[in-house]
Amino acid sequence: MKRKSLGNKLIACPYIVWSALFIVIPLLIMFYFALTDANGVFTLANLSDIGRYKKAFGISILYAAISTVITLLLAYPMAYFMTKLKVSNQRMLLMIVMIPMWMNFLIRTYSWITILANTGIVNTFLGKLGIGPLKLIYTPAAVILGMVYDFIPYMILPIYSVMSKIDNSLLEASEDLGSNAFNKFKKVIFPLSRPGIISGITMVFVPSVSTFYISQKLGGNKTMLIGDVIEYFFNLGPVYYNVASAISLVLMLLILLCMFVMNRFSDDDDGGVII
Amino acid sequence: MKRFIAIFSIITLICISFSGCGYNYAQLNVEDGSYSKDLKGTTLTVYNWGEYISDGSDGSIDVNREFEKLTGIKVNYLTFESNETMYSQIKSGGVNYDIVIPSDYMIERLIKENMLRKIDTSKLSNYHLIDDKYKNVYFDPNNEYSVPYNVGMVGIIYNSKIYKDLEHSWKVLWDKKYKDMTLNFNNPRDAFMTAQMILGQDLNSENKKDWDKAAKLLKKGKANLQAYVMDEVYGKMETGEAAIAPYYAGDYLTMYESNNDLRFFYPKEGTNIFIDSACILKNAQNYEAAVLYLNFLMEPEIATANAEYIGYASPNTAVINNPDYYYYQNEILYPNEKDIPKVQYYHNISEDIRSYYENLWIDLKLY
Repeated sequence: MKRKSLGNKLIACPYIVWSALFIVIPLLIMFYFALTDANGVFTLANLSDIGRYKKAFGISILYAAISTVITLLLAYPMAYFMTKLKVSNQRMLLMIVMIPMWMNFLIRTYSWITILANTGIVNTFLGKLGIGPLKLIYTPAAVILGMVYDFIPYMILPIYSVMSKIDNSLLEASEDLGSNAFNKFKKVIFPLSRPGIISGITMVFVPSVSTFYISQKLGGNKTMLIGDVIEYFFNLGPVYYNVASAISLVLMLLILLCMFVMNRFSDDDDGGVII
Repeated sequence: MKRFIAIFSIITLICISFSGCGYNYAQLNVEDGSYSKDLKGTTLTVYNWGEYISDGSDGSIDVNREFEKLTGIKVNYLTFESNETMYSQIKSGGVNYDIVIPSDYMIERLIKENMLRKIDTSKLSNYHLIDDKYKNVYFDPNNEYSVPYNVGMVGIIYNSKIYKDLEHSWKVLWDKKYKDMTLNFNNPRDAFMTAQMILGQDLNSENKKDWDKAAKLLKKGKANLQAYVMDEVYGKMETGEAAIAPYYAGDYLTMYESNNDLRFFYPKEGTNIFIDSACILKNAQNYEAAVLYLNFLMEPEIATANAEYIGYASPNTAVINNPDYYYYQNEILYPNEKDIPKVQYYHNISEDIRSYYENLWIDLKLY
């Protein structure tokens, strides 16, 4: 169907206007700020100074990578388990995965403070058992936990949706051909679920690497991730917009690079990677 | 459901009647009649810190509403979170503000950048109420541009149930004994101040080496801290989650209301003092109304209501000497002559140094 009627064009209109206004133009503004100084004169200084934030980039990528691996390890068996259940139970579990997403992630992050604090729920309970208090909050582990908790639905859902579409006859065929459980997983299930894994990884890694709120609330403002650095500069006022934009630009390029590398792994022909 | 509606309406009615009480109580007696209704129908835009005016809650006086009632001028009241946000807002010029209430160093900057309009204090019938201590201060030596609104100092709050007998020094924040129980400011200027005081530096040093030294000291103390916080300090200190925190004296009094174990001291090394003053912007649209408003803020009843609501020290003698004032002779807000700590004001620092310490602050948090 190559024919594009006026109707089709009209239907696409709101989205095109939307993306122009809120995606393309802001991106151009970001480019402009990144490549100019406070007086609007062209400069590469913002970009060449980016080296001083390399630690922040490094820590952000490290934290994001760790939380992506953890979410994958948790989500994959969960998604697999879900596909094995009765349809009604699948729906219920899906619901349970999604319910937290209905709440704002700021609130969910905040609730972890009450759970992990020295006088929080976990430590009060441990105290009753005569243990602790343990230092749970304001540690790198707390930040990673916050990321895992906030982003795990984005890993479960794509993997589940790909897995639930795996044709049962393929599994039966592999069994008929003498595969044991391990081979069935290795040769059939895993390759077929790969697009889900790839899109899950992107959907967790990208928001984790650019996150800023979680590290402030669960890290006690002691370690700045690159998202925190950007936010900090923007809060300092217009003079710092240029530096902040330059960092954002580099971060965006880094993310694109990561996704490019990731997509090399998903050698599927149907372009099934949903970003 | 019907019952629910009934209960709901009763609660609403009670609330309304209570707020009514507060409103009636706030009758003003203006002897000299300087509040004419000539400007009735005009609008005055006021830009102030958040939570920085008595707003009628809990039966207090709603200052802006009283002003509207008295003069017929509509008050468009907006708030900001930091001097810097305020600055970028008035600079960007989206809204035409008439009155702003920033802190000392920011006023110095606004005067330098020619953004304020002179105020003829002889026209302010209440100006004589301002304590002479807060006149002719460094940022406005001839009292031409600003009218003091609030005064405050930074000190250390601690939980006496968890720790007794603290050394009255900023060094407690570095003391291993209190590891993981101390907080510090999550803004560079105030956090650097705690280190600068220990090092005996000028808070407004234009020497990068001084800032390097302070940054090094902060870095050394970082592992000892539980967290860097701003507003979260209330919850943490009130619940005992943290035990030692530097913060503003007026806010300590608010925390004390929720936790009577909290104590406060001014460190012996000295501390930062600030004055937040009301100013009229050069491009004010309603200068005459702004002058009325400034005078109104100094009315004894209004200033007392504000001082009680905000909890900071008042520069207004009609408040300080009023025995009915809630914080009358409060030792923390109004220390005795011998207990007054050594204080330093923040000054407007050069752009170069400012961006230098902003980056040191980021470095501090990257390790």
